[in-house]
Amino acid sequence: MSHDLETAAHPEGLRRVAIEPLSRVEGHGKVTLLLDEDGHVQQARLHIVEFRGFEKFIQGRPYWEAPVMVQRLCGICPVSHHLAAAKAMDQIVGATRLTPTAEKLRRLMHYGQILQSHALHFYHLASPDLLFGFGSDAAKRNIVGVAAEYPDIARQGVLLRKFGQEVIRVTAGKRVHGTSAIPGGVNKNLSREERDGLRKEAYQVIAWSREAVALARRLFEQDLEAHLRFGHFAAHTLNLVREDGAMDLYHGGLRARTVDGKTLFDHLDTDRYWEVIFEEVKPWSYMKFPYLRELGPQDGWYRVGPLTRVTQCDFIPTPLADAERRAFLAFDAGRATGATLAIHWARMIEMLHSAEAIKELLNDDDLLGDDLVVKGERQSRGVGVLEAPRGTLIHHYKVDENDLITRCNLIVSTTHNNQAMNEAIRSVAREYLDGREITEGLLNHIEVAVRAFDPCLSCATHALGKMPLQVELLDADGGCIGTLTRNGE
Amino acid sequence: MTAPVLVIGIGNPSRGDDALGPLLIERLAAQDLCDVELLTDFQLQVEHALDLTGRDEVIFADASVESAEPFEWRALQAEHDLSHSSHALSPQAVLDACTRVGVMVPPLANLLAIRGYGFELGDAPCAAADRNLCAAVDFLVGYLRMKADRRQD
Repeated sequence: MSHDLETAAHPEGLRRVAIEPLSRVEGHGKVTLLLDEDGHVQQARLHIVEFRGFEKFIQGRPYWEAPVMVQRLCGICPVSHHLAAAKAMDQIVGATRLTPTAEKLRRLMHYGQILQSHALHFYHLASPDLLFGFGSDAAKRNIVGVAAEYPDIARQGVLLRKFGQEVIRVTAGKRVHGTSAIPGGVNKNLSREERDGLRKEAYQVIAWSREAVALARRLFEQDLEAHLRFGHFAAHTLNLVREDGAMDLYHGGLRARTVDGKTLFDHLDTDRYWEVIFEEVKPWSYMKFPYLRELGPQDGWYRVGPLTRVTQCDFIPTPLADAERRAFLAFDAGRATGATLAIHWARMIEMLHSAEAIKELLNDDDLLGDDLVVKGERQSRGVGVLEAPRGTLIHHYKVDENDLITRCNLIVSTTHNNQAMNEAIRSVAREYLDGREITEGLLNHIEVAVRAFDPCLSCATHALGKMPLQVELLDADGGCIGTLTRNGE
Repeated sequence: MTAPVLVIGIGNPSRGDDALGPLLIERLAAQDLCDVELLTDFQLQVEHALDLTGRDEVIFADASVESAEPFEWRALQAEHDLSHSSHALSPQAVLDACTRVGVMVPPLANLLAIRGYGFELGDAPCAAADRNLCAAVDFLVGYLRMKADRRQD
């Protein structure tokens, strides 16, 4: 698989364009483009500016603190980290099988998280580009612009996310920094009032989610050829599936397939992830580049996340979402299944699945049970893997005899997608920027490609004044020849 | 019943002085305050506008690298800024979103910007930031009690 445009053959004398940091992307990210005198793109790279360092931070802490501490990694998907760490700690305490109440409460929390995160991403971050156009006026291309022209769409997005947040609040115990998932289970069940309160809204949420799938499809169709081509690249895939091949976002075995559809491994025990996934370090990025060991570092990179999950599962175990999955696969003879912008469509199918799964769980009286925790033979190593909103999330810990964490390895979905995102921006750079005068609208095309993956580049601080949004145009010697600041002025 | 005053503390407790917002909420929770609801979150989002429904006043408390020491206190107005294009909204943008999501008229709003200095992952708040926080807590407790007294009058 090509790494065209990763490194310019002769970088000296090229003009450098930096997009720093990326807007509508969590944390700090930067894209640099090297252009020759004629404006042709010679190199395009997505950089991670800030180093996370969380794996060091957690060392020396008691293992039972991990599910709470790791939530501070990310302000957008803390629940995913909470649950992945709790799954790893289940193994540490020897809990090989949770009680039905604990398992279902965690699943409910997880589907609440998927629903709220997908709603935020689609309505808040992606829909402005899709509704108004990638090169439209930047002052209008945002959620407030959507609210002004499409108030029903904006309001649905807000209320869908609010429902997901409420599911998290009642299952996690708190709206943020929840504490309910503990090693071996959970520390609270659902009260009948909490369950009934959510149940009243569940059907409306499913109806809105169906409308969201229809909207995502309509937006994809409205400029079909361009959307099929935009940021296009072929990729191997990695995802979790249930024992019967169904989509399962909370638990399953690993499945990897090549671009050609050949299965490299299937239903692989997640404890063995380190046998099949290696990580490469590149000198120009703080973020590692994972690859499938069997294919090697050059060709083994892959894509995770909604598009992979929807196309690589055998079915979705809720009826409405599965019908949408089949329609998605059949659309235009399957051409949407590899399209970067179709990630949004797949994301909405997953949101519908989450809404259906929440409704099913809310009809299950196990949620009200009081058998919450199991334990077994203490272990020194724990691996927790789940499908977070943006893709496969791996937490791996070692714990010593004093109950302190001695080693931690996290592979987050953004890291899995590192090379895939780089491929997407190179495709966009080739098609939209090459040989043209660079404008804000054209640069936004690059950001549109990155936002399709919605990377959590890092968990940045958000203190007042800490996040300037700046585009710098630099010459080959590093001299600034132009600046565009996105601060509303 | 919805409390007339909402205080939102913003920040990540694991990132040095970014913890000032959540820590302020913790310290307020230890006080005996009337008619005040306390909320903490990593960052503001558009749905926080829904938390403003039925309030007389909202106070946003956040660490700041720009404010004067020990803190700044200022009134906020709804403002259409480009923080809408990020995962995290400014307080002004949340107020602006009120009219879009059904709250209609945003409540009276103030910003308590507490001066912070370091934001590294895993660090505790530094001593200078903690002094600023103490001053901010003293000020805000006095302010909230004064407002509560006025409501009772």
